[in-house]
Amino acid sequence: MTASLATVVCLILGVPLAWVLARQEFPGRRLVRALVTVPLVLPPVVGGVALLLVFGRRGLLGEWLDQTFGVSLPFTTAGVVVAEAFVAMPFLVIAVEGALRGADARFEEAAATLGATRWTAFRRVTLPLIAPGVAAGAVLCWARALGEFGATITFAGNFPGRTQTMPLAVYLALEQDVDAAIVLSLVLLAVSVAILAALRDKWVAP
Amino acid sequence: MSLVARLDVRREGFSLEVDLTAEPGEVVALLGPNGAGKTTTLRALAGLLRLDGGHITLDGVRLDQLPPEQRRIGVVFQDYLLFPHLSALDNVAFGPRCRHVPKADARRTAQEWLTRVGLAEHVRKKPRQLSGGQAQRVALARALATEPRMLLLDEPLAALDARTRLDTRAHLRGHLAAFGGATVLVTHDPLDALMLADRLVIIEEGRVVQTGDAATITAQPRTDYVARLVGLNLYRGRAEGSTVALPDGFALVTAAEEHGEVFVAFPPSAVALYASRPDGSPRNTWPATVTAVSRHGDALRIELTGPLPVAADVTPAAAVHLGLEPGREVWATVKATEVRAYRAVQ
Repeated sequence: MTASLATVVCLILGVPLAWVLARQEFPGRRLVRALVTVPLVLPPVVGGVALLLVFGRRGLLGEWLDQTFGVSLPFTTAGVVVAEAFVAMPFLVIAVEGALRGADARFEEAAATLGATRWTAFRRVTLPLIAPGVAAGAVLCWARALGEFGATITFAGNFPGRTQTMPLAVYLALEQDVDAAIVLSLVLLAVSVAILAALRDKWVAP
Repeated sequence: MSLVARLDVRREGFSLEVDLTAEPGEVVALLGPNGAGKTTTLRALAGLLRLDGGHITLDGVRLDQLPPEQRRIGVVFQDYLLFPHLSALDNVAFGPRCRHVPKADARRTAQEWLTRVGLAEHVRKKPRQLSGGQAQRVALARALATEPRMLLLDEPLAALDARTRLDTRAHLRGHLAAFGGATVLVTHDPLDALMLADRLVIIEEGRVVQTGDAATITAQPRTDYVARLVGLNLYRGRAEGSTVALPDGFALVTAAEEHGEVFVAFPPSAVALYASRPDGSPRNTWPATVTAVSRHGDALRIELTGPLPVAADVTPAAAVHLGLEPGREVWATVKATEVRAYRAVQ
């Protein structure tokens, strides 16, 4: 559930970001691309700590958010979504950026000469062309968000019904009820295998 | 819908400075070797490339500050760039849809255009199911369906095989004649240019080197490129009466008299070759060495060096008789009546 929300967040933020990275020339593009991929190499727990530092009640943005809007992210369901999106976003951005680079930018030019604004060209020409890439990226993103553990437990904690995700439940169950942990693990395994099987064709022949 | 443009585009190692005009209904062909700046010119006109200087005025309206989508200029790209995920019909309807025409009306317009280009049965097909000639027609219909003020075509026939090319050229000619606005077309094929255009603009290295109608350009080329294109030997020299002195000391005799800086041109078929110095020799006679032999229609094209580097056309029988092969030394002659001289400065 939170994984799906996180995927939606990633799509909303990640697709435009990928478009900017693939199509626009600007100073510091390499730096931005490096920053986007940082969560891939960062241990998730460290990511969670980073999120706490930024969005925590005393964090860089968190304090301002709390005072201005009364919004506090850590240890809430929204916090889970943020943590999962943070970790899963690179998968989407990399997949979509790759698809965009593979797609011929001149189709956008052709659309422009036919009277399409940039947004229309993107929506009616580019997006359909890269749809397989976006779909693959979204599923990868969803799978990563589903399995997310470290950043979630650090940033959002582990409150049943509020911020407890499947992997957190498995970890907890392992200490109290091994059978329940095995069942939950099997469910996660089945879901992962199903997704991988459905996507294999797209990876082999994108 | 007349076009008046001065295009100034600078790139590393390349600069384009082109003045271009086109009257309503006129078809102007940009002709030039690869890398001359033809496609750059077209992209600048369409707004896909920013100008570093100059202006583009169509019907008295400045276009150069407008983004491509507001210029209302139809473009047929070299490889057509039909949207692969849309049917032929939706490709053509794309333009009207962008102008907020209701879907049903846009499709009706598209259907009309596709019928007009002779593809009424293929409206549902995706681009990859169309042949090259059909794709070209869809691309043309797509550009025209936006009711453009000007039409640009980039090598419209280059991607087609020889037979399709012939049909498509005739077809394209009809549609260009029916189009009311100015048309600028880019090609490196002189035949396309001569068949489709009212006026030729020759571009070399980012500059216009010659403009004029087909007859003028084929009769009086002004650069080596154009001369090769129309198949003439071309030299530049100084005329004193009927003698033209060329820079390397050689002199050609012409029939008509001229004075000052001139171009001299004569066709390869006017050059006669002899094994030994001909008797009672015509005045334009010089020793030459064969460097290359190639087929040229029914004749053989012989490339020669010597005091005057020249191309000559001879019959295969004559070539055998003279034993023409690279390295063979012969005498070449041209009758004065075949040599035309015209002023270099217009």
